[in-house]
Amino acid sequence: MRYQNLFTKKQADKELAYIPFVVIGDPTAELSLHIIDVLVDNGADALELGFAFSDPVADGPVIQQASLRPLANQFSVKQGFELIRQVRDKYPQLPMGLLTYANLVFAQGIDNFYHQAQVCGLDSVLIADCPVQEGKLFTESAIQYNIQSVFIAPPDADDETLQLIAENTQGYTYVLSRKGITGTEVAASQANSDFLQKLRAFGSAPLVQGFGISEPEHAYQAAAAGVDGIITGSAIVKLINQHYNKPDLMLEQVGQYAKTMAQAAHQAHD
Amino acid sequence: MNTTNQSQPIFDYDGAYIGQYGGQFVPQILMPALQQLGQAFEDSLQDKDFQEELSQLLNQYAGRPTPLTECTSFGVNNKVRIFLKREDLLHGGAHKTNQVLAQALLAKRMGKNRIIAETGAGQHGVATALACALLGLDATIYMGKKDIDRQAPNVFRMQLMGAKVVPVDNGSGSLKDAINEALRDWAASYDTTHYLLGTAAGPHPFPKMVKAYQKIIGEEVKQQIQQMIGKLPDAVVACVGGGSNAIGIFADFIKEPSVQLIGVEPAGHGLDSDAHGATLLKGSEGIIHGARTQTLQTEEGQIVESHSVSAGLDYPAVGPEHVHLMKTGRAQYVGITDQEALEAFQELSRCEGIIPALESSHALAYAKKLAQEAQQPMNIIVNLSGRGDKDLSHVMAIIQNKAVN
Repeated sequence: MRYQNLFTKKQADKELAYIPFVVIGDPTAELSLHIIDVLVDNGADALELGFAFSDPVADGPVIQQASLRPLANQFSVKQGFELIRQVRDKYPQLPMGLLTYANLVFAQGIDNFYHQAQVCGLDSVLIADCPVQEGKLFTESAIQYNIQSVFIAPPDADDETLQLIAENTQGYTYVLSRKGITGTEVAASQANSDFLQKLRAFGSAPLVQGFGISEPEHAYQAAAAGVDGIITGSAIVKLINQHYNKPDLMLEQVGQYAKTMAQAAHQAHD
Repeated sequence: MNTTNQSQPIFDYDGAYIGQYGGQFVPQILMPALQQLGQAFEDSLQDKDFQEELSQLLNQYAGRPTPLTECTSFGVNNKVRIFLKREDLLHGGAHKTNQVLAQALLAKRMGKNRIIAETGAGQHGVATALACALLGLDATIYMGKKDIDRQAPNVFRMQLMGAKVVPVDNGSGSLKDAINEALRDWAASYDTTHYLLGTAAGPHPFPKMVKAYQKIIGEEVKQQIQQMIGKLPDAVVACVGGGSNAIGIFADFIKEPSVQLIGVEPAGHGLDSDAHGATLLKGSEGIIHGARTQTLQTEEGQIVESHSVSAGLDYPAVGPEHVHLMKTGRAQYVGITDQEALEAFQELSRCEGIIPALESSHALAYAKKLAQEAQQPMNIIVNLSGRGDKDLSHVMAIIQNKAVN
């Protein structure tokens, strides 16, 4: 319901939702909570949180680097859920999604994973290496524990796949304007509006664009193409990679960046 | 999608799965690439011209069929005969060349002129480089930085044949990270690029395809052994890292219940140590590199590093079909330590004048054990999957180090 409430309000206000992504527990558990506070204070409408995984095949070098720190600190999946629970207690209405990899969901039992996700107050789970064609392995548990499943819609998917994605994704649909992996090395382009219209015609959940979004300009393009929100991941994580040894500077930079992007998202339709 | 009937094990792929293993656990963006590859692969099986071109390359360029050589003294006793399938004599020095030539031809058929591949010790990289040189394709090989430092001669071989070697410094900088990096490249480049995966692992259709291109090993063995002894062997033994040489020699025997199939995993410092690569014996079920399979992992599902004296077996996952063969009981999997493999490496050299790859030395070491324990007459076939030239400096250093200590 949290995503639905958010997008209903955003559509009424003619704003894009701004959703920043960070790796939970990075650079430390304590600083991770501070970063999240700064993101929310500066206009984040929802959060996308990632679990560090040893083999993140969908991620570029920036997010890979961020995943190494929690792993090196022995920051566990269990601690990750606990941290998310603290965030939930603080922000009861904020939509929160988890971005993870299939093996972390699988390793200790799929039901158990979704149960923990529910207990800590997550709204959705996106599994980066699970295409909709393999989704069944996970979605039954997700439904049982009231977790929305999010799938990624790539720009060159055929109609049959787009329909499957539209029918199976809940909360929001993660749309891409380009191929490849996460990162700002290749910037997002304006999403093809035929592709977005097809998704909507198949009844998809609100469309949120990610991969390569790093500048206010991308928010304006996204609004023009007709999406409902934007995700920035690598652009924020890059600031954390640069400044994690100087927490005050890091928080200041992350805050400034989030503020700029949130403003762009909120004004993109003006 | 698939239901496994416990009483009647499935021994063929049903779509993307064999039993409950396999699948296509990749980012959504890669699905069109896998679907296109699957289609091209299935089409090529029906295409006589393609099959003819491949078979010509295998015979005239790579040197197939490879001989089956009976051991004169290695492991032999009054009950047991041991035969070696000589993939070490294939061009390139290992079985890898079989499937690399096939995939490179397939890439051409799909109109893709750029090839990417991962390599650990460099054997698959060298095989890919030679196939690309031969067929006029552009080759980029991802290799862990640590491996580049350890395998300088193979890096030079690849470069000589025109391949670009890209060091991978992400993660642990080893084979699994090179695979991750190749998958990342492919997610953006599949319109023009084929990912030439090196083993019978990864997402569908790779395990099925690599098996189809390696099963020629077992097909030849079946004919050769019947000509030599007039019957099927009692046991077929092969080493298992990702599992391509093993599945290649097993394939034609899976439906011959009298033939014992034995896969040999690298037990490293011992199966009870934490330094081994025995994914089937000591790992657990997981999802890695696109497939539901067995992997070495922490309780929470982080993939851990494997260890083996042999770089080609140093991989923390395994092809899905081997998991299925183990769980259904059709094949047995055993472990051989670094030390046992090193002894077999030296013993085969001394007894037969054949220097085996360290990978294949694991299979040889187990065949020797099997021969010692044999209660009745037995004919054993070992897949001598590669030659040991690449291992000389490594083994020399280990032996000299031991002599000093």
